[in-house]
Amino acid sequence: MADNIVSDTSVEDKKRRRFLTGITAGFGAVGAGIALTPFVLSMQPSERAKNAGAPVSYDFSKIQPGQMVKVEWRGKPVVLLKRTEAMMLGLDKIEDRLADPTSLVSIQPAYAQNDARADANNADLLVMLGVCTHLGCSPVEKLTVGPDPEMGDDSQGGFFCPCHGSKFDLSGRVYKNVPATSNMEVPPYKYDGNVITIGEDDGRTA
Amino acid sequence: MAIHRHDNHKSANAFMEWVDRRIPLTKVWNEHLAEYYAAKNFNFWYYFGSLAILVLVIQIFTGIFLTMHYKPDAALAFASVEYIMRDVPYGWLMRYLHSTGASAFFVIIYLHMFRGLIYGSHREPRELVWLIGCVIFVALMAEAFMGYLLPWGNMSYWGAQVIISLFDVIPYFGPMLTEWIRGDFVISDATLNRFFAFHVILLPLVLIVLVFLHLIALHQVGSNNPDGIDIFEKVDEDGKPLDGIAFHPYYTVKDIVGVCGFLIIYLGIVFFAPEFGGIFLEKDNFAPANSLQTPPDIVPLWYFTPYYSILRANTFNFFWIDAKIWGVVFMALSIVVFFLLPWLDRSPVKSIRYRSMPFKIALVIFVAAFILLGWLGMNPVTERNTLLAQIGSVAYFAFFFLMPWFTSIGKTKPLPDRVTQHEH
Repeated sequence: MADNIVSDTSVEDKKRRRFLTGITAGFGAVGAGIALTPFVLSMQPSERAKNAGAPVSYDFSKIQPGQMVKVEWRGKPVVLLKRTEAMMLGLDKIEDRLADPTSLVSIQPAYAQNDARADANNADLLVMLGVCTHLGCSPVEKLTVGPDPEMGDDSQGGFFCPCHGSKFDLSGRVYKNVPATSNMEVPPYKYDGNVITIGEDDGRTA
Repeated sequence: MAIHRHDNHKSANAFMEWVDRRIPLTKVWNEHLAEYYAAKNFNFWYYFGSLAILVLVIQIFTGIFLTMHYKPDAALAFASVEYIMRDVPYGWLMRYLHSTGASAFFVIIYLHMFRGLIYGSHREPRELVWLIGCVIFVALMAEAFMGYLLPWGNMSYWGAQVIISLFDVIPYFGPMLTEWIRGDFVISDATLNRFFAFHVILLPLVLIVLVFLHLIALHQVGSNNPDGIDIFEKVDEDGKPLDGIAFHPYYTVKDIVGVCGFLIIYLGIVFFAPEFGGIFLEKDNFAPANSLQTPPDIVPLWYFTPYYSILRANTFNFFWIDAKIWGVVFMALSIVVFFLLPWLDRSPVKSIRYRSMPFKIALVIFVAAFILLGWLGMNPVTERNTLLAQIGSVAYFAFFFLMPWFTSIGKTKPLPDRVTQHEH
């Protein structure tokens, strides 16, 4: 009888111990997690990095038809390409080879969701982040119409990403069956005479 | 004279006893070197384990001296590497030892892994040795990748851009995660600074701990051998394996020969061809990082090119999932499959010497596919190259996923009783 009581208490005791050990370890783990939080959060972009995203302006009247310049905005290359009439006509010719010709799944302001992917007031001026939507390389411009080793024999010009071979047309619209699957991003922008400001559009939709 | 020597010996013994009572020095020495028995028939392929440790030591040692002169600052980094090359006494030597050491590390690790593959060193009871080794391989890739950003050349910059963007494909968390890794919205000073911290502190510590665990796990189960048979099945009256010899002095001396051979090749490259024709140090990395201009032919360093080819080979959208996601998934899988090897291999024998023909054919195809993918990764994308990369990728994965089948068919050769060795 006495033996029974002793063994009962020891079973009870073991259960208590296991419970208390579990609870202590659990709280210890939560505490360690909380202690780790500031270290993990310290790796986020700093306030200085967040403030570095100011808009940039550029006088686009300097750009000749068929000429392209790159400006830096938020550390990324922004392509400014003034397309010729022939380039604009070429956009329609290859639409069946594009993955997202109407820019449904791509990122652009509403005023640039068209074939030219540009503001209707200056439809020939392409303003686009020169960043491949695959893995962030900067595609190379192919501004001549005609056979090109990378763009194909009936190229209408476009952009070719040297990293993984993605192809885009002269509106930055992506071809089918290449690693990238959406068109290159068009940033918000606005005009003031001959000066374009990238990174700001005062919330306009047209 | 003789008495004098005897006294010396006695006092040395007394000293070791004093030490051993306080720290198990003799015990560890014996367990891991003087009385660690390995099969007597180790061949050429068994050099690469000790060489990997040698290169790890070289990398840490030269790395310490490079950090004395290098500046982890986006405005200063590129110039500080040129300063090391031109102005620091013997700085060029430290840097070339380190940059060539990185490539040498991967040559050695690939050969070391191949040794495991052909002699079945991944099989029971060495699964954990293999798994820890796979983790070392992944940590080494991270170490090399982060080190490659530090010179802040244009290839460094865009290489990091591509690899960090891989995390973008993770649904929902991707963009947040890439921002957290970069510490900025683009690759910037913040990224360089933290990669420096990871490269010189975190990952070297992780690597050292993992190498320690790799050796402890190996010494727990004992080394495999080119015949893939258990030498502890035939032991003498003292329990020592009949076909085993003590690691020290027999294999320490043998490994010194390997070290000499390695140093001749390694230093030959350091002194006469440190760029190795643009393969060890890429020409585009002699221009400073430029966030507006991707180099015209961007290629990762040669040891990443097989996986990079697999990434590029995915150009189709399957099951409503983007080609981009498939590329990243298959690239990750191409490394993860190594972890599964102990359980994919069903052959009744371990060593290639006794394996069936289907395994040998599959192995040749796999090695050819690996080299083909590696070569393609260094070359530009063309329609032909993409097709070849797709064929190579299929062969690469077929080797792993068909392994349970082709290792269980065909006739294996009978295993010998004792290890085979030709007398010299």
